[in-house]
Amino acid sequence: MSFEPKIIAFLCNWCSYRGADLAGTSRMKCAPNVRPIRVMCSGRVEPLLILKAFEAGADGVLILGCHPGDCHYLEGNYKTLRRVDLLKKMLSQLGIEDERLRLEWVSASEGERFVSITDKMTEQVRKLGPFPRRNGGNNG
Amino acid sequence: MEGEVKIGVYICNCGTNIAGTVDVKEVAKLAGGLPSVVIAKDYMYMCSDPGQNMIKEDIKQLGLNRIVVASCSPMLHEHTFRQAVQDAGLNPYLFEMANIREHCSWITEDPKLATEKAKALVSAAVRRVYYQEPLEVREVPVTPSILVVGGGIAGIQAALEVANAGHKAYLVERESSIGGHMAQFDKTFPTLDCASCIFTPLLSTVGQHPNIELMTYSEVEEISGYIGNFQAKIRKKARYVDEDKCNGCLVCVEKCPWKAVSEFDEGLSQRKAIYTPFAQAVPNVPVIDTEHCVYFLKGTCRACERFCDLKAIDFEQPDKEVEVAVGAIIVATGYDAFDPSAITNYGYGRYDNVFTALQFERMCNASGPTGGKIVLKDGSEPKNIAIIHCVGSRDKNYHEYCSRVCCMYSLKYSHLIKEKIENAEVYQFYIDMRCFGKGYEEFYERLSNEEVKFIRGKASEVTDRARTEEEQGKLVVVAEDSLMSALIRVPVDMVILSTALEARSDAAAVARLFNISRSADGFFLERHPKLDPVATTTDGIFIVGCAQGPKDIPDTVAQASAAAARVLAMISQGKVEIEAATAVIDEELCSGCKICNLLCPYSAITFDEEKKVSRVNEVLCKACGVCVAACPSAAITGKHFTTEQIMAEIEGVLA
Repeated sequence: MSFEPKIIAFLCNWCSYRGADLAGTSRMKCAPNVRPIRVMCSGRVEPLLILKAFEAGADGVLILGCHPGDCHYLEGNYKTLRRVDLLKKMLSQLGIEDERLRLEWVSASEGERFVSITDKMTEQVRKLGPFPRRNGGNNG
Repeated sequence: MEGEVKIGVYICNCGTNIAGTVDVKEVAKLAGGLPSVVIAKDYMYMCSDPGQNMIKEDIKQLGLNRIVVASCSPMLHEHTFRQAVQDAGLNPYLFEMANIREHCSWITEDPKLATEKAKALVSAAVRRVYYQEPLEVREVPVTPSILVVGGGIAGIQAALEVANAGHKAYLVERESSIGGHMAQFDKTFPTLDCASCIFTPLLSTVGQHPNIELMTYSEVEEISGYIGNFQAKIRKKARYVDEDKCNGCLVCVEKCPWKAVSEFDEGLSQRKAIYTPFAQAVPNVPVIDTEHCVYFLKGTCRACERFCDLKAIDFEQPDKEVEVAVGAIIVATGYDAFDPSAITNYGYGRYDNVFTALQFERMCNASGPTGGKIVLKDGSEPKNIAIIHCVGSRDKNYHEYCSRVCCMYSLKYSHLIKEKIENAEVYQFYIDMRCFGKGYEEFYERLSNEEVKFIRGKASEVTDRARTEEEQGKLVVVAEDSLMSALIRVPVDMVILSTALEARSDAAAVARLFNISRSADGFFLERHPKLDPVATTTDGIFIVGCAQGPKDIPDTVAQASAAAARVLAMISQGKVEIEAATAVIDEELCSGCKICNLLCPYSAITFDEEKKVSRVNEVLCKACGVCVAACPSAAITGKHFTTEQIMAEIEGVLA
C-alpha cells in the first residue's frame, strides 16, 4: 500500500477556515489527509506548535492565512511569514525537508484554492515519504 | 481544574449530510472509549430542539462538565450550542465543536476515509475540551449612534431608519451631494416611477433630519475601537464655500466663467468650476473644483467671491478633521459602472454614437444634458437603436458574475425609446433575459408586445465599415443569433452598452479601512451568504447595497433596513457581549522585554514602568494571539487558544 501522509493544517478563523468551509459547502472534493486546526490568526502559530505537530506524527504542516493586506488582525500574517521562513531554514539545518512546511494564503471566498493547495501539499508530502523519525515511531 | 472531567460527545447525522458519508455509529463508538468521555451518542439533528435538549438533560443527569458536538462548521452553530450548554448551567467555553460536515463529509468522497477523518476530528475536540476553561463573557455599553458611509439610496435608507428610531446617524458622503447613482436615474423599473420623484423627498428629509448629521465632501480616514464603541476620523474636504453662510442661491455658479466636464451627466454636458452636481443637491451648497478653477490655477478671477452677497466663498478654507464616536458602522459605498472602452470591439470612445447605459439614462432625463431628448451626437433623432447586454458581465475576460439589473434597465430603455421616438426600432442583444423580481417578468412580457426585437446572442462587434448600401453611415452590430444559428449584421443609428456593475476601484483600501473582507468578485463579503447577509466578519460593521454585490433598488432598500434593524437591536439592548478569549500576561513570568508591546496591532499591551512588566488591556484585545506566539518567556496565555489546548488538539487529530 502506498504511503498516506498525515498533514496538519492551521487555519485562521477569518479567511482560510471559511475558505475550507466554502469548499465543503460547494461539495468540492479534496484529499482527506489534511487535518484542520482552527486558530484565530495565522500569527498565533508559533514554531513550537509546528514542531509539536511533527513530533506528534504529522508528515507535513500547512499554515493557511489571509492574503497579505487582508488579515483580520491587520498584519498577523506577515508575522507568520517571517517566522515560517526562519523555521524552514532551521528545519533544513536539521536535515528535514523544508517542503514539509508550507505557508499559503486562502481567502474566505477561495474554496477552490483551498482544495488545490491541500491536494498539492498532500501529493508533495507523499513523494517525500514519512517524516524522518528515529525508530519511525512517535517518539519525538 | 476542579473535580473530575466528564465529557459528553454528540455526533450529528445532519440528516444524510453527515451520516450519508460518515459512519456516525462508529465515530460515536470511538468517542465513547476516549478518556474522560462519559457518554457519546449520535442523533439526527443536534441543532434541533430535541437535540439541544438531549445535551441539556445529560448535563443535568450525568453531571457533564465538558461538551463536544461534532456537526457542521462552528461558523454556523457554535453560538447555538454555546447557548444550549449555558442554559444547562455550564460555562459556554466548556464546549467544543468538531466540524465533520464542511471539513469532512462534504469534502471527502470515500466513506471509509471520511469516517477515519471524522474520528480524528472528534478525538481532537475531545482532547482539546479536556483543557478548556470557563471564561467570563464581558459586556460593554453601546454608543447609541451610527456611522453610515456612502450617501446613495442604501446609505440614505439605513441612516433614516436609525434616525427615525430616535438615534444619531452620521452620514458621510465623498461627493459634494448625497444621492449616489440613483440620483442620476431617469425612471425606475418595472413601475417606471420617476426616480427623482421618489428619491428627492428622501434627500431633503435626510438634509433636514434633526438626528442626521450630514457630512458631504468628506471621507472616513481612520476607524478604531470595537463593536459598540468605534471612533471614526473623518476628513471634511474644503469645498471653499462656507456651508453655514451659503443660502444656495447659486449666483456664484451662474457667474463662474470656467467650465469642466460634468461627472454627473457622465461627460455629456459641462458644468462650472464652482458647481452643485444636480439641481436637487443636498446640501444645496456648491463646491469649487480646484482643478478647473482659474483662481486656484493662476491666482486670478474670484468672480464667485465678488458676486456672493453672503460672503460665503472662502478660498482659504482648510480641510477639517472631525472625530465621532459610534456604536456601529454601515458601509454603503456602492459600485462603479464598468468602463466599456476596455472592450475595444464595441467601439466605445471611438464611435460618437455608442453610449454607456448611464449616459443614456442621463439623456432620457428631463433635467439631463439633452433635456430628455434622445439624440445622436449631431443632434438628430435616431431611428433605430441597439442595446447590447452583458457588457463586462457574464464574461470570463471581465466579470464572471451577472450584474442582475442590466436586463431590466435595458427593457426600461426600450420602453423609453418607444415612448419618445415614434416608430423607433429597438434591438436587444441578450444572452438570457433575467427578469427575476416582483413584476419583472410581467414587464418583459409588456415590452415583448411593444414590438421590441429580441435577439438572443452576444454581439461580437460594433463597426462602421459598411458592406451594403443599407449599412452606409450606420453603426453595424455584428452578432450571432443563437436561436437562428446565424451570423447577423444589424445597422443602427445608436448603440447602448448595458455595462456591468463592478466593485469600486478603491474597494480594497475601503475593506482595509473597515477591516472587512472581499469576495473573489471584489465586492465586500458578508458574514454568511444566506443567514447573515448584511453583517461582516468584524462585529458591529455591516455592508448594504451594491457594495456587497450588484442589486436593484428594492433589494438595496431591504438590505439597508435589515442592517439598520441589527444596529437598533444593539442600541436597544444597550450593551453587547465581546470576545472573552483575550490574552493575559503572567507577571511572574514576564521579563519586561516589550516585544509584545510593539507587536500588538491594537496597542492593547502597555508597559508598567514600576513593575517592569507588560499588561493587556482586555477591552482592546481582539484575541489574535500574535503576542502569545511571540513571547520569548511564554508568559502570555491566549485564553481559549492556549498552547496546551492547541497541542492537545494536535495530538488528538494525529492519534
